[in-house]
Amino acid sequence: MQKVYNKILSVSGNVITVKATDVAYEELAEITTRRGKSLAQVIKLDNDLVSLQVFAGSQGIATDDEVRFLGNPMRVTFSDDMLGRVFNGSGVPRDKGPELADSLIEIAGPSVNPAKRIIPENMIRTNIPMIDVFNSLVRSQKLPIFSVSGEPYNELLARIAMQAEVDTIILGGIGLKYDEYMYFKNELEKGGALDRTVFFMHTASDPIVEGLMVPDLSLAVAEKFALAGKDVLVLLTDMTNFADSLKEIAITMEQVPSNRGYPGDLYSQLAARYEKAVDFEGAGSVTLLAVTTMPGDDVTHPVPDNTGYITEGQFYLKNGRIEPFGSLSRLKQQVNSKTRADHRAIMDGMIQLYAEFKETEEKKSMGFRMNEWDQKMLKYGEMFESGMMSLEVNIPLEQALDRGWEILADCFKPEETGLKSDLIKQFWPKDK
Amino acid sequence: MSKNTGKITGIAGNMMTVAVDGNIMQNEIGYAITGEERLKAEVVKIQGDKAFMQVFESTKGLKIGDPVEFADEMLSVELGPGILGMVYDGLQNPLNELAKEHGFFLKRGAIIEALDRKRQWAFEPLAKVGDVLQAADKIGMVKEGIFDHPIFLPFHFMGDYEITWVKEAGQYTVDSTIAKARDNQGEEHEIKMYFNWPVKIAIKNYRDKKVPTEPLVTQTRIIDTFFPIAKGGTYCIPGPFGAGKTVLQQVTSRFARADIVIIAACGERAGEVVETLREFPEITDPRTGRSLMERTIIICNTSSMPVAARESSVYTAVTLGEYYRQMGLDVLLLADSTSRWAQAMRELSGRLEEIPGEEAFPAYLESRIAQFYERAGLVELNDGKEGSLTIGGTVSPAGGNFEEPVTQSTLKVVGAFHGLSRERSNARRFPAIHPLDSWSKYTSFINNDIIKKAHNFLSRGNEVHQMMMVVGEDGTSIDDFVVYLKSEFLDNVFLQQNSFDEVDGATSPERQEYVFNKIRKILDAEFSFSDKKDARDFFNNLRSKFIDLNYIDMESDKFKIQEDEINNLIKGKVKHAESL
Ligand SMILES: Nc1ncnc2c1ncn2[C@@H]1O[C@H](COP(=O)(O)OP(=O)(O)OP(=O)(O)O)[C@@H](O)[C@H]1O
Ligand SMILES: [Mg+2]
Repeated sequence: MQKVYNKILSVSGNVITVKATDVAYEELAEITTRRGKSLAQVIKLDNDLVSLQVFAGSQGIATDDEVRFLGNPMRVTFSDDMLGRVFNGSGVPRDKGPELADSLIEIAGPSVNPAKRIIPENMIRTNIPMIDVFNSLVRSQKLPIFSVSGEPYNELLARIAMQAEVDTIILGGIGLKYDEYMYFKNELEKGGALDRTVFFMHTASDPIVEGLMVPDLSLAVAEKFALAGKDVLVLLTDMTNFADSLKEIAITMEQVPSNRGYPGDLYSQLAARYEKAVDFEGAGSVTLLAVTTMPGDDVTHPVPDNTGYITEGQFYLKNGRIEPFGSLSRLKQQVNSKTRADHRAIMDGMIQLYAEFKETEEKKSMGFRMNEWDQKMLKYGEMFESGMMSLEVNIPLEQALDRGWEILADCFKPEETGLKSDLIKQFWPKDK
Repeated sequence: MSKNTGKITGIAGNMMTVAVDGNIMQNEIGYAITGEERLKAEVVKIQGDKAFMQVFESTKGLKIGDPVEFADEMLSVELGPGILGMVYDGLQNPLNELAKEHGFFLKRGAIIEALDRKRQWAFEPLAKVGDVLQAADKIGMVKEGIFDHPIFLPFHFMGDYEITWVKEAGQYTVDSTIAKARDNQGEEHEIKMYFNWPVKIAIKNYRDKKVPTEPLVTQTRIIDTFFPIAKGGTYCIPGPFGAGKTVLQQVTSRFARADIVIIAACGERAGEVVETLREFPEITDPRTGRSLMERTIIICNTSSMPVAARESSVYTAVTLGEYYRQMGLDVLLLADSTSRWAQAMRELSGRLEEIPGEEAFPAYLESRIAQFYERAGLVELNDGKEGSLTIGGTVSPAGGNFEEPVTQSTLKVVGAFHGLSRERSNARRFPAIHPLDSWSKYTSFINNDIIKKAHNFLSRGNEVHQMMMVVGEDGTSIDDFVVYLKSEFLDNVFLQQNSFDEVDGATSPERQEYVFNKIRKILDAEFSFSDKKDARDFFNNLRSKFIDLNYIDMESDKFKIQEDEINNLIKGKVKHAESL
């Protein structure tokens, strides 16, 4: 029997309270207001006082509006019919397709037993040298793009999604602008990937709280596809919006903030989502790429900071390029020894030289005299930036490694590169 | 005594309030019952007949009025043979066994006994009928892997116990009664091969606590030589994300010369534990010839596992450490990351609506951290033998800024500080322990004066480098420039170490002494360089030859050859060859 209540005791922020009995923690309720229906979730029980967080926001809620408890926690449909469909932050279709109500699964389920995880070992090729050569992406990795707002992070995300050879793509948008959503849709359509993509879309004009569920919905569905043997890529953009929603609820609930208004459990909340990335032994995998915009280009801001402590590296997007410093793939060593003999050497060698170029550039800007070696460095830096770092470059790993040798040979004598002599013998361009 | 019950009156996050019938105690365990599931929880605050309990599982679906059953015991671990080689969660549930039973996911409310009840141990009695024993005295012995594992009179037995019966030698399971003993009141107790011990209480069945002096060799050069740790000592590794805390602990767990290593993965990534989990069984410990896993215990409460159990996991780990110390062994506990543990306390404190301190951490943060590290120590046991428990914890400061409560509280109590710097990790100077900021109160196996001198080179080199950034190379004297090159040389060939290389990854104390002695002479030597370029070329050359040497097995002929090459190179430039 569903219980219905008509007396809302308080409305504060997006949280309402009612007096009710036999309500379960995290149970869902449906609230009917003049504006329509909204879902709400129980976030606190105190004797018969029940606090609920209203997904559609509390605007226009009247004290005599109807609150109907549904007797179950948040769930989402799961089936192959979801492919190509668009859902909102409550898991309800927002396209014109039919309702999907069968085989409901719970979201935010238990975590994977660490003993059942396997060491990741498959590289995901993106044809972006700054990723493939220098910070290889690995199947089942969890990795955010750290970006200042205004950078082409969604373009980068879409491009990786298109190049990556995965079975299923789940795109979770949190506070996404409508044109960004359309951009993703068009790109996936152009690439013929739409019919293996599921969208959970919360746009900037939707109620803020509704965005809170998007990561859990996306990851619950991804997990099911993975258990069914699929390699799934989950894209979450933008997780800073997710963290801001958490902050808002925490403040309404009068929790003591820990750092710049964010709740003390921000780390655990983010980790609960990111740790869903997994490679199942004997089944599929979930790879998680996210966007974390950095307010004020500040990595020490609580959102990127906590994220960096959780994820397996990050791509640091700046001035339209993936910066070699600050970017890291912590799983790269699992894969880059198996690609080509020169992979690791090119990776380390070119970055060390680029670091030296940066120092030279600084010296130059301070007005110091540039000697012959400095000139070489300047030439190298320029070639590296245009030939490798530019996001225009779209070539497979092997070609990128070859290009690396070309650049080195154009700028240096073999012994100036610090690379091992046996590799030089094998890979140094013959015509140089 | 009949056990108490209660009813849930409130739930917020992982905290529930319970109306209790009867008496309960602080830190008592209780189970919230919902349907088939029994969710373990711990009393963290008592107010009248209301108990505040942190639940070790997701509270989803719990209702007001749901029953709670109290267990009349504090949160405890099982102590007995069979702990080595295990992978436990923060409450000592064996993860491999859980996986066998429940598959991919950690099923809520699932509990499995920590010690295998079916495994047989070859028991040898040591005590005889009529012997009068006290807690932590030995009743018998079993062999656990390479170690003699005594069966103790349980640590919580107070006063004298007279043995009234001992089982003969044979193969028994941990829950077989192997002896009986009578206390002062004349009551007889059955003794099994294991007993429970509450994790938040330190085990103190020893005669004396001593000052740690003997170095605990990690085989990481910058640690052993410059910032050593001691058997029974404490140290911390703070550093921003990605600076190399976990990698450093991983190599330490592999190469440290301790008898037993306990890895407490506390609120960090599951993937990192998996590497240890899957690789250790395959690695042979050169000192014992057995799998590394046989000397290792993993306590794994990673970031997405329940937060309350994360809070307990460090206590579980330290209790197991204290237990093996009672056997006269050297135990090393590596906790990654203590900040996640502190954050778990912060979450709990917030739910209890306690008055928050700095960055919302509870006011008692500092004393909890101190109490935790205080459980380390070198002790003289009741039989005169020594045992040690060394604790090393990583700290993950917000924004990489060490001026925060967890780092600062930790620095007040530990004996060594290995501060990782973003600057060094960005420059890929691993391990990224900052040689100018870090310190240790313990003594190295290398003479202290020599180390001081070398350290002095590093700070002078740094000063010259700073100066050069302003005045340029042209404006720097050649003498200063050479100081800078020497300090870079020391950094490159000794402080930096390739953790992933078979040979370079672990340097024995003998080799450290040998190589360091060589380097010291180079630092002291006077060279004749025509100009800065000449000096730079020389040191570049020397550096690359030395790095090559680092990758060569010291016992091999190649080592000797490489060494000769280095000596020849030096002879060509040094002013007084006899000084070398
Ligand atoms: N000793 C080392 N040698 C070579 N590379 C290293 C070393 N230490 C760390 N790294 C590199 O840095 C990366 C991050 O290291 P690690 O995971 O230990 O950082 P961390 O300080 O534990 O970060 P977090 O706080 O986020 O857990 C590694 O994946 C590796 O690429
Ligand atoms: Mg780490």
